[in-house]
Amino acid sequence: MSSTRSARSRRAARALWWFPVPALALYLFFFAYPTVQAVQYALTDWDGYSATYDNVGLSSFTELATGDDVFRNAAANNLKLTLTVVLAQTALALLLALYLVRTTRASTLLRALFFLPTVLSSVSVAFVWRFVYDPDGGLLNSALRAVGAGSWQSVYLGNPDTAVFWLALTQVWFHVGQMMVVFIAGLQAIPRELYEAADLDGAGRWARFRYVTWPLVAPATGIVVAYTTVQSFKAFDLVLGLGGNPPGPALDLLSTRVYTTFSNNRFGYAAAQSLVFMALIALLTWVQRRAVRRAT
Amino acid sequence: MTKTVRPIVLTLGALAVVLPLLVVVFGTFKTLPQLFDSPLSPPSSPTLDNYRRAVDEGGLAAAFVNSAIVTAGAVVLTLAVASLAAFFCARVPGRVGWIVFGVLVAGLAVPAQAAIVPQYVLFDRLGLTDSLLGLVLVDTTMTLPTAVFILGGFLRSIPEELYEAAELDGAGPLRVFRSMALPLTRPALATTGIFLFVMDWNDLLYPLLFVRSHEHRTLPLALLDFQGEFLTQYPLLFAGVVIASAPVVVVYVLLQRFFVSGLTAGAVRG
Repeated sequence: MSSTRSARSRRAARALWWFPVPALALYLFFFAYPTVQAVQYALTDWDGYSATYDNVGLSSFTELATGDDVFRNAAANNLKLTLTVVLAQTALALLLALYLVRTTRASTLLRALFFLPTVLSSVSVAFVWRFVYDPDGGLLNSALRAVGAGSWQSVYLGNPDTAVFWLALTQVWFHVGQMMVVFIAGLQAIPRELYEAADLDGAGRWARFRYVTWPLVAPATGIVVAYTTVQSFKAFDLVLGLGGNPPGPALDLLSTRVYTTFSNNRFGYAAAQSLVFMALIALLTWVQRRAVRRAT
Repeated sequence: MTKTVRPIVLTLGALAVVLPLLVVVFGTFKTLPQLFDSPLSPPSSPTLDNYRRAVDEGGLAAAFVNSAIVTAGAVVLTLAVASLAAFFCARVPGRVGWIVFGVLVAGLAVPAQAAIVPQYVLFDRLGLTDSLLGLVLVDTTMTLPTAVFILGGFLRSIPEELYEAAELDGAGPLRVFRSMALPLTRPALATTGIFLFVMDWNDLLYPLLFVRSHEHRTLPLALLDFQGEFLTQYPLLFAGVVIASAPVVVVYVLLQRFFVSGLTAGAVRG
């Protein structure tokens, strides 16, 4: 009796080993393996359809580092976009979270409202903002004219010097609510007694923020900054929707550059670009983790 | 001072979200001159022409069906394989569980763009580029790490004694998984499901890379094509936006709690 039972349980335990197989198969075959292959591709000049190609060693990478102004322009745009979005979105998300942290009917409604854009598709958001920015009959310019501030009108995305900042504004509108939620969770975890103690010490509003809220919300700030950095660094759909496909130089980003190179059938070079793109994201994340760890 | 600043900031913020969306919804019922004339006013002589043209000329009906198929397929497949894998990681004795979990979750650190070129070649060789099945498979693969991460954390938090009690009763792993772990995991499955729904429904990258023929376009891709066809025909673009967004917004209004936890869990993972 006991022997059949243990045999059965052993057989049953073996069944458990089949459980991760579908996930591992999909993951290794469709993602891990292609990621490793990207390294192989990057060392060739393959165009995507020819039967033959040459091994070009690291020359794609030297070209990227030294001779490719289009790629450098995209990298600069990425940096501007990410810096702007991280600063603006983190500050605004924290402000909204501070204002809405207490649960009342009005604040619940407003939280839901600020979160709403996050669920829309990037292409939809891009089309909404195309109209907002339209230089002729667009929402911003007609609003400015209506309040007698017509001289403030702008061409927005049409100005190559500022286009990337208007893109940043749209990105903040899109995702600030999501980060507000992370901050609200962080704020709600701060023990009430700390504020009571601060009150007893006669701390003003600013002191309460500076010495209680800010240090204790730091873990949430770390999450928000890290996530916003990667999210804005990878921005892709939004740019294609706002800037066209392919976008012009003013809105070209690393993600759209990789895609454009790929579309132009330079597979080897696109693979090299995608690896540099990936390395930059890893580097950013690492620098940030260190900075956050040092600050807390 | 905060007494006066707070309502001002919140009002401006609310207007910044509401006004553009209101302009879009109203705009779908207007002609272009009407929209330019008074973007904020409700439509005076509402027309359904924009919706009709978006569906007929923009091909949104077919795209809607494709998106529904791909999203449903990918969400169900991801939940199935991810929950099986997460269950294994939580239940297998020793270090193996953590290793498998680590391997699957490592994908979170790798951006999709790193692999797109070889992925395209691989799917193309398998005849899966211009196909809905290909999109289901690639969406499933790319969302697996997040799904395993959320579900794994949840399954590990189920007390060991519950598992042991079920196993003592002679239940095999499949029974324990089906009749104990899955029902207990329902909130995490809902959270993950919502996250996957939004990701898959809104995905543009892979349809853009893989799909060549008109008949296999998903909504975001069909919508992106509006750019070329109807460049500044805003009322038409807006009708497209409303059609593409309606399902997500409806589900958001109904299941808001899971949305917030789902999209936030997706964010906090890093």
